[in-house]
Amino acid sequence: MKGLLAKPWIWSFVAALSVWLATIAVTGGASTVGLSQAALTFAAFSVLVGIGQMFVITLGPGNIDLSVPATMTLSGTVALKYMDGADGLILHGLLIAIAVGVAVGMLNYALIKALRIPPIIATLSMSFIVQSAAIWTNRGLRIKPPQALADFTTQTSLGIPNIALLALLISIAAWVLLHRTPYGRWIAAIGQSLPAARMAGIAVDGNRFVTYLMCAVLAAICGYLLACFSGGAALNMGTEYLLMSIAVVVIGGTAVAGGDSNVPGIWGASLFMFLVVSMLNTYGLGAGVRLIMTGTIIIIVILLASGRKAQMR
Amino acid sequence: MKISADTLRLIVPVLSLLLLLAGVFYLQPRAMSYTGLNLLFNLAVPIALATIAQMLIMAVNDLDLSMGTFVSFVACVAATYLHDTPLLGVLILLATIAVYALMGVIIYVRDLPSIVVTLGMSFVWAGLAVLILPSPGGTAPEWARALMISKPPFVPMAIIASVLLAVFAHLVIMRSSFGVLIRGVGGNQRSVQRAGWSILAARASAYALAACFAVAAGICLVGLTTSADANIALRYTLLSIAGVILGGGEFTGGRISPIGAVVGALTLTLAGSFLSFLRISPDWQIGAQGGILIIVLALRLVLNRLENKGRTA
Repeated sequence: MKGLLAKPWIWSFVAALSVWLATIAVTGGASTVGLSQAALTFAAFSVLVGIGQMFVITLGPGNIDLSVPATMTLSGTVALKYMDGADGLILHGLLIAIAVGVAVGMLNYALIKALRIPPIIATLSMSFIVQSAAIWTNRGLRIKPPQALADFTTQTSLGIPNIALLALLISIAAWVLLHRTPYGRWIAAIGQSLPAARMAGIAVDGNRFVTYLMCAVLAAICGYLLACFSGGAALNMGTEYLLMSIAVVVIGGTAVAGGDSNVPGIWGASLFMFLVVSMLNTYGLGAGVRLIMTGTIIIIVILLASGRKAQMR
Repeated sequence: MKISADTLRLIVPVLSLLLLLAGVFYLQPRAMSYTGLNLLFNLAVPIALATIAQMLIMAVNDLDLSMGTFVSFVACVAATYLHDTPLLGVLILLATIAVYALMGVIIYVRDLPSIVVTLGMSFVWAGLAVLILPSPGGTAPEWARALMISKPPFVPMAIIASVLLAVFAHLVIMRSSFGVLIRGVGGNQRSVQRAGWSILAARASAYALAACFAVAAGICLVGLTTSADANIALRYTLLSIAGVILGGGEFTGGRISPIGAVVGALTLTLAGSFLSFLRISPDWQIGAQGGILIIVLALRLVLNRLENKGRTA
């Protein structure tokens, strides 16, 4: 039990559970299934971008991918436009979305490595360019996703939303990658001390390249699924996911300075963030109070997390 | 006469601004007039103020992701409280400056990542702004309006304001002991501490000064737009970061340039107009800002290489 309590991600689940109980209490349990399914669905989207962001943040201080919302928008727009509602082109659409992610990831890293631009600025500039590309491609048309895909993203299997199952599969893969492969060790080492990692013979550039690529691809897949779930790609579909991707990583217990990450915490934090918003909605509080509460929670969480670290020193 | 490294760093941003300006005048000769220049650079004044604020935060090695929402909040306060009950409005704005200083203290004392804390605060400011102005409205205070539409002889208000801001910021940050202290905290905190200065006071002052400039940005913005909205300045976050970097500032090391920051803000504002004169679709205006950032940073890399070669030769 002590081992469980010491895990960095346990508190995000505790918090999510408390908020879930507080929300259920208002309706006397009538909304349990609906709320849980909604929570799992929306948390799944945050999880997908959160995992990518987590890998990038692991690389060390200053590593952050600000191009996530733009990549989501572009991949959703391009994929949906290509598929044009045809069920037979679903797989093609997915491949195109992944290709968009690969392109953005490669360009991101090219800016970081070749032009020595700090990741924040590099991904920021890319996000401007990618957003413009999305605006230009979209041209105001609202193209619907293929019916089969739209059904898949909005339905459940065995009571659990399909999107959540997909995100769970990807999370398991990410967990294996982080904890059971040399790649996970390498990026943790890079995050803890770049010069030491270089001297230990780790291919720093290659690993960083793969990480930024993965983050962009995950953002692209998330955009693809989100566009299908929402019935079309909107130009602002990614805006809230930028801060959300960073917030769920931090609240989930990952060290912002890099080198110490975990995957379960992202789930706990995503569920928690969605449930807080629903709880505040259920209690009838307006958008303003919701935003203030979200911000205060993020600050309190990071204060508590740092407190724990200070004790460990 | 040896040119200082700081002056060398200013060459690229000033050159890019002049090139853009030349391009604009070539495409639209009528812009080369009093009204033309005023229209081109009007909206740059609040952006320049926000950029100086961001620059102060970056001088102490932190990053402020709440700049956009904070300026929006100040704009909402200015359009409502400052107009209706000026005393209450002034008190609120002073309180926000205190909150900013407090934020700087907490970040330093608890060793928190500034990205996350300012992320949380951005939600808080956004929520407060929505509470004050759920829908666009309010009226700009008369004095703010009068200031922003003033027509001084020969040189447009926008140019005078930008020059005054650049000179003032330069004197405060590069030529006063306070400025040296702030940049020293960013450059080598430990040695400044050993020299006997209070890091806490320095950081709190840097944050408080940044808040003052951000408050000025909000008031100027409302003076220009005559009414406010909770989302009016959201893009200022990324624009201010881009402006600082464009002007030669860096994320770490306390290396910043106030004149460069103002020049960077002017350049980013001009980029939009330049594109519309080029008849390029407005879809690409955001992308152009990203493109300019990349080009300027690439040029700076070349210049750095030359600088280093000159040193080792």
